[in-house]
Amino acid sequence: MRELMVRDAIREALDEEMARDNTVFQMGEDIGVIGGNFKTTVGLRDKYGDLRVKDTPISEQGFVGMGVGAALTGMRPVIELMFADFLMVCGDQLFNQMAKITYMSGGQCNVPMVVRMPIGGGRSSAAQHSQSIHAWACHIPGVKVVVPSTAGECKGLLKTAIRDNNPVMFFEHKMLYTTKFDDVPDEGEDICIPFGKARIVTEGTDITVVANSRMTIYAEKAIKKLQKEGISAELIDLRTLVPLDTETIIKSVKKTGKLLIIDEGHISFGVTGEIASRILPDVFYDLEAPIERMGTADVPLPFSPALEFPLIPDDKKIAAKIREMV
Amino acid sequence: MSAKKDKELAKQFYTVMYRTRRFEEEVFEFYKRGLMPGLAHLYLGEEAVATGACATLRDDDYIGSTHRGHGHLVARGADLNRMMAEILGKETGYSKGKGGSMHIMAMDKGILGANGIVGGEIPIATGAAYSAVLRGTDQVTLAFFGDSASNEGTFHESINMAAAWNLPIVYIIENNLFGISVDIRRVTKEHDLYKRAVGYGIPGEAVDGNDVYAVYEAVKKAVERARKGEGPSLIECKTYRWQGHHVGDPGEYRAPEELAAWKAREPLIVFKEKGILTDAEIAEIEESVNKEIAEACKFAEESPYPQESEAFTDVFVD
Repeated sequence: MRELMVRDAIREALDEEMARDNTVFQMGEDIGVIGGNFKTTVGLRDKYGDLRVKDTPISEQGFVGMGVGAALTGMRPVIELMFADFLMVCGDQLFNQMAKITYMSGGQCNVPMVVRMPIGGGRSSAAQHSQSIHAWACHIPGVKVVVPSTAGECKGLLKTAIRDNNPVMFFEHKMLYTTKFDDVPDEGEDICIPFGKARIVTEGTDITVVANSRMTIYAEKAIKKLQKEGISAELIDLRTLVPLDTETIIKSVKKTGKLLIIDEGHISFGVTGEIASRILPDVFYDLEAPIERMGTADVPLPFSPALEFPLIPDDKKIAAKIREMV
Repeated sequence: MSAKKDKELAKQFYTVMYRTRRFEEEVFEFYKRGLMPGLAHLYLGEEAVATGACATLRDDDYIGSTHRGHGHLVARGADLNRMMAEILGKETGYSKGKGGSMHIMAMDKGILGANGIVGGEIPIATGAAYSAVLRGTDQVTLAFFGDSASNEGTFHESINMAAAWNLPIVYIIENNLFGISVDIRRVTKEHDLYKRAVGYGIPGEAVDGNDVYAVYEAVKKAVERARKGEGPSLIECKTYRWQGHHVGDPGEYRAPEELAAWKAREPLIVFKEKGILTDAEIAEIEESVNKEIAEACKFAEESPYPQESEAFTDVFVD
């Protein structure tokens, strides 16, 4: 295993898949000459050329739709949206076109396409550059949805996404790009992490904590602290929301009897509520307490750190919630 | 030999235009008989555009189509039986009843799909053109869309990129003057939409969209240009739809004299006036097409509806 920053692990995945398969190409704003707003594509334009690592104008509907057309005609596009917030700008191409064309055609075609984009608050980027809106993608049938956590996870899941024959929306966390993790497979190892199989990060017996993306990192930190207080929490990193591995959650809750679900999206009508209602029939008689949820408060993300930070769950808030529950 | 003297081309033109005309008339009949679920947007009156444009293509080229897409599909050689079956929501349709009139795709004919969102297919067609460049082929894509789609953001974004990167695509505006009930002349200052090409630095041209030869010649030139890697063109075909926006829309917002004037010089009349085919040749084509259409209607009507379980397939592929 190697230690890498998330952004470098992502770049490795893109590099390896472009080298392995010449139908893979990338389009997006600022991904070429400067290697991406978050430096996830540095050096790839030099290596693969302008056509395969294409800097686009600020035309999200246009280049996402072009990805769909290229995917229909034999290519495997990887499209970068600079911020997940921009999916609202090109919602038609993502959700009416990309997601539905296979179905509307009666299976005559498929759309092997990845759309990468960063979510997450905590950067004083205010209400239009901080949202965690991956739940939007989950609501539309026909899209697979990935919410990776560590560097190794990002790499392995992105490689799977690029090889998948369906549209995949890949939500990276912008606050993790420069965080280092020591779980990246050695060079030359071709590791793809399968979709729909959650990762048990830490095993425990008192409570089950389900998280994804950056919330996995916060929860892990909280749980490590709580171990010293004698609290044993089991942490599950979902990896993908579509498909969703309910089996691993159900198995864990049957063991612990308690469940805390954490997702950085707004709390209402989102991931946490969906998971709770989906697994409840299977664990109803095993529960020793009500299912609890944590997410971002239902207000637009404000600019000032003094306002923004209190709205988003972090390791301290998670630790406090777990203490309260056990 | 110039196109005007080419009898074979003339027969092809008349066959495809008449086939489209008859197909649409029968779709309308199915609607009136209550056998067609939902609605359909008829191509009646615009037959020369798709016919002339698609005649310029090679088998391995692509087209992007619209909600008013039957004409493009017929002109591109889609299977009439499977088209009509899809329009009736039958299991034997192109999409097994999942798409209907607005979503007929025929990937084996390079038809990237009709599309329910106005302007939605323009970037997709542009992506097929980008894909041809990436794959190193000389395939060309035609993107058909209406005057109203030219006011969508996708029009601007796509043409701008295609122009910047010299993509092998021809954008064809079917200007039938109306977006549902709204006259383009009420919502757009410059009524000659082809003039927008200037802003993108590409060739733009307007043609009589009811004259199949005019469409053919203009699109042929643009396709040749695209195939040589010289980039996209914008062609505005000025035409008119006979019916309302869809089969359930009487279209009463249009002046009767305007409709009458356009009908007086509709594509089949304009074609016949050229006198290239004899009455006997025309009658022969019509008889043969009428048989095909009757067969397609029979096939569609007799085909079974899909099983309920079909609703749950094709969401994802393996």
